[in-house]
Amino acid sequence: MWDTVFPYLLSGISVGGQYALIAIGYTMVYGILRLINFAHGDVFMVAGIIMVYIAASGLPLWLCIPLVLLITVGVGFLIERVAYKPLRTAPRMSVMISAIGVSYTLQNLVLYITGGLNKQYPTIPWISDTMVIGPAKTKVVTVVTPFLVILLVVALVLLINRTKIGMAMRAVSKDFETSQLMGIKINNVISTTFIIGSFLAGVGSILFFTNYPTVIQTSGAMPGLKAFVAAVFGGIGSIPGAVIGAFIIGIMENIIKGLDVILFKAGLTSAPLGLATFSDAFSFALLIIILLVKPTGLFGEKVTDKV
Amino acid sequence: MNLKRSKKPMIITLALVAAVYIAVFIAEQQLPATSMLFTVLKKGAVYALVAVSMNLLNGFTGIFSLGQAGFMLVGAYVYGIFTIPVVQRAAVYQYFDGGVIQFTVPIIVAVIMAGLAAAFFAFLIGLPVLRLKSDYLAIATLGFAEIIRAIFQWNGLGPVTNGSNMLRAFPNFNDFNIKDTQGNVTVYLSTLIPFIMAGVCILLIVLLINSSYGRALKAIRDDEVAAEAMGINLAHHKRLAFCVSSFFAGVGGAMLAMYQTTVQAKSFTSAMTYEILLIVVIGGIGSVTGSVFSSFLFVACSEWWLRFLDEQQTIGDFQVPLLRNGFRLVVFSIIIMIVVLFFRRGIMGDKELPDLLSRRAGKKGRAVK
Amino acid sequence: MSEAVNKNEVLRLENITMQFGGVVAINNLSLEVNQGEIVALIGPNGAGKTTAFNCITGVYEPTNGIVYFHGRPIVVNHPQGKMVKQYGGINGDMYKDRKLVVHTPDRITHMGIARTFQNIRLFKSQTAFDNVLIGTHLRKMSNMFTATFRLNAKEEKANREKTAQLLEIVGLADVANELATSLPYGKQRRLEIARALATDPTLLLLDEPAAGMNPQETDELGEFIVDIKNRFNLTVFMIEHHMNLVMDISDRIYVLDFGKQIAEGTPEEIQKNPVVIAAYLGVEEE
Repeated sequence: MWDTVFPYLLSGISVGGQYALIAIGYTMVYGILRLINFAHGDVFMVAGIIMVYIAASGLPLWLCIPLVLLITVGVGFLIERVAYKPLRTAPRMSVMISAIGVSYTLQNLVLYITGGLNKQYPTIPWISDTMVIGPAKTKVVTVVTPFLVILLVVALVLLINRTKIGMAMRAVSKDFETSQLMGIKINNVISTTFIIGSFLAGVGSILFFTNYPTVIQTSGAMPGLKAFVAAVFGGIGSIPGAVIGAFIIGIMENIIKGLDVILFKAGLTSAPLGLATFSDAFSFALLIIILLVKPTGLFGEKVTDKV
Repeated sequence: MNLKRSKKPMIITLALVAAVYIAVFIAEQQLPATSMLFTVLKKGAVYALVAVSMNLLNGFTGIFSLGQAGFMLVGAYVYGIFTIPVVQRAAVYQYFDGGVIQFTVPIIVAVIMAGLAAAFFAFLIGLPVLRLKSDYLAIATLGFAEIIRAIFQWNGLGPVTNGSNMLRAFPNFNDFNIKDTQGNVTVYLSTLIPFIMAGVCILLIVLLINSSYGRALKAIRDDEVAAEAMGINLAHHKRLAFCVSSFFAGVGGAMLAMYQTTVQAKSFTSAMTYEILLIVVIGGIGSVTGSVFSSFLFVACSEWWLRFLDEQQTIGDFQVPLLRNGFRLVVFSIIIMIVVLFFRRGIMGDKELPDLLSRRAGKKGRAVK
Repeated sequence: MSEAVNKNEVLRLENITMQFGGVVAINNLSLEVNQGEIVALIGPNGAGKTTAFNCITGVYEPTNGIVYFHGRPIVVNHPQGKMVKQYGGINGDMYKDRKLVVHTPDRITHMGIARTFQNIRLFKSQTAFDNVLIGTHLRKMSNMFTATFRLNAKEEKANREKTAQLLEIVGLADVANELATSLPYGKQRRLEIARALATDPTLLLLDEPAAGMNPQETDELGEFIVDIKNRFNLTVFMIEHHMNLVMDISDRIYVLDFGKQIAEGTPEEIQKNPVVIAAYLGVEEE
């Protein structure tokens, strides 16, 4: 039984870690701008595509990775400046529509560049190697991911709690207008948020595409949505919440993917039920349940509307 | 004492609409059926209906819902499932022994069933989801659309939905053409009928919007607290708008099935919803006419007018750079972003065609008494 | 605890306490408003006046207490769950065994309580006419289908006539087709009152109707309130800061400070009441 479940659990933890890196970007942007950045999943995809093209140009890999992260950060920064900044005073619906527009644009741009073909993600040495842990055979990246995620999250939490820009971020997410009046340069704070979010999405993309090694323009949509679900699940605005939510979703999703096999081997079913179809739907079901039962998520703070 | 606006702009609008229908009918008899024009008109009619139904929610009720693709999927499947000729079922449901449903219903009944099924799903979803606020509601409806998609793709329901396989062989728009005994088309109706279907549905939505209920919906959009203080039951009215919008999205889905001639759950993704949302935005959030115009414009550009961008072009000896497959969509996206960022009111803002006509006629038409 | 103390009673609050988290916004407020009266609720900023209105109209659910409307309990609540421990008011056990009654604001409007808002809340994208017309929606007999297919033409016509009449009464007939938000402030306030009247209330709650008006406008408003009260056979309960207006038209006044009722009486009594004067002007510390 354990032997059957373990590989799914393992890849669940790994995918969860990758979702976590994307989810942080969602949760931070939402915390500050109250915006679901629909384009964030596409930034993640774009990072994958950039890697494909940079690696193809023949640059050594140790140079490729920082370059990819740098360009991804640039993309994130640019999106905020071009598509969200002009709408600072507009109704929230307009900004959300703009985010959807950016998502549409990025996907179409990548479609144009790649010709709509699946692109093979370059093999990154060491983390692409196969290894055996207990009953499972997997890539090194699967094991590395959770540790790297924890490392990055600790660094991020330190940044937010111990630095000046971190303090500014916390202030802005508490009260946008007041912090502006207090002399916080709001645009810098927002840009920093996008830079951090894009950086983490870039790291996430390297880990994710090492496991699922093809990239196409729609690759970012599903991981993006699930990472958002994870952010809501954990309590939007809360970084530890997003990380825990992402791990839970990653694990559950992979267990469901393997549920047919698991149930079959456990002797509970005689024929496959095709439950893997629901691995994506599950995250959304979870989202809706959490929204109804505890709209603030696991770790979210309660906000009351004033009449 | 009654307050009346001049009827004139309304009459002009109706005349224009009638003229369009007549033009469509004549064009269809005269031009070759393969003309790109008809592709655009058919698909445009489908999108117009779906966009207007989305506008009813997003523009007129202020509910930011992103579930449209899910409801279209329900409509498309219900239509397909109940209209595939019995003789074809063995071939279509080849992996499921011909499926369990072994009867068909008339097209019009199937279309109405499509709408009702979508509305039923909306009713179920609406109970929990409509309590949520703006962006949570958006993401929850998006999630529900994905759940619906998974359910319809599930092999366990294969005998009904054909699982993840395609539904086909159901009646499509071309079956509306009247043929003689040899099978030659005598009267072309394959564009006019979808126009009439979409037209009737949009008319119903317009009538609803301009009724007492429509005013209540607009009140909710403008100020929920005040609307509730005026005795408007928020839950009831929002659910109503949600179900009505989904009904028409379901009908739109059935029409999309007819247009595409095949249906597969995997094509009804959130990307489809986004596309419709962008159409609504371009047309103007809160304008039915805007949604209709922009649907046709969107379809015409993407299927026809901007097609040249997808192919290599040479002017004289000059090879135009950049042009290749996919460039059209890039240009398109940029146009959309420009609209979203700089022309947020879209083509029509929240005005309708009669409003524009009456403005031209001067303010005389708006006098009191 | 008889249900109806006197037959003239329209509204009665009994031991209403509203607590948000640890903050007690209203503390054990009891008051009554009788048929045909104009009663004012006054008090310094933050005294809990609008909160009291929100408790009556169903926007908030009070933590404890009962609201009677025409002798019928429309809100009944007592501290529950976490509130049992946190409860900072008094009489927390009084209604322990009463059946809870909760209504959404729209139900309460149905029963005949209409209100205006302190920070005008008109339907922004609509004309003055449509704003009032929306107020008639709740008394409709039609359903969605009859309304869509215009089978309710008679009702629609009656509603439009009623709307036009109301606009005439509040003196806005000439701006009926203007966008509500394009009207000057004073007219917006009148429009809000017209909209509230369209719901056929028996009790009208006015939340600072004279806010932002100059003295002349305020005087006119006073006459206007008395006028519509008589014309529609209303009872009026209002929050107001303009003391001239309050003293001119109110029959009785309740004074609230820090969520507590500190005085009650006729305008003359209130004017002389040292507690009220202290609350408004402050007392010097000894």
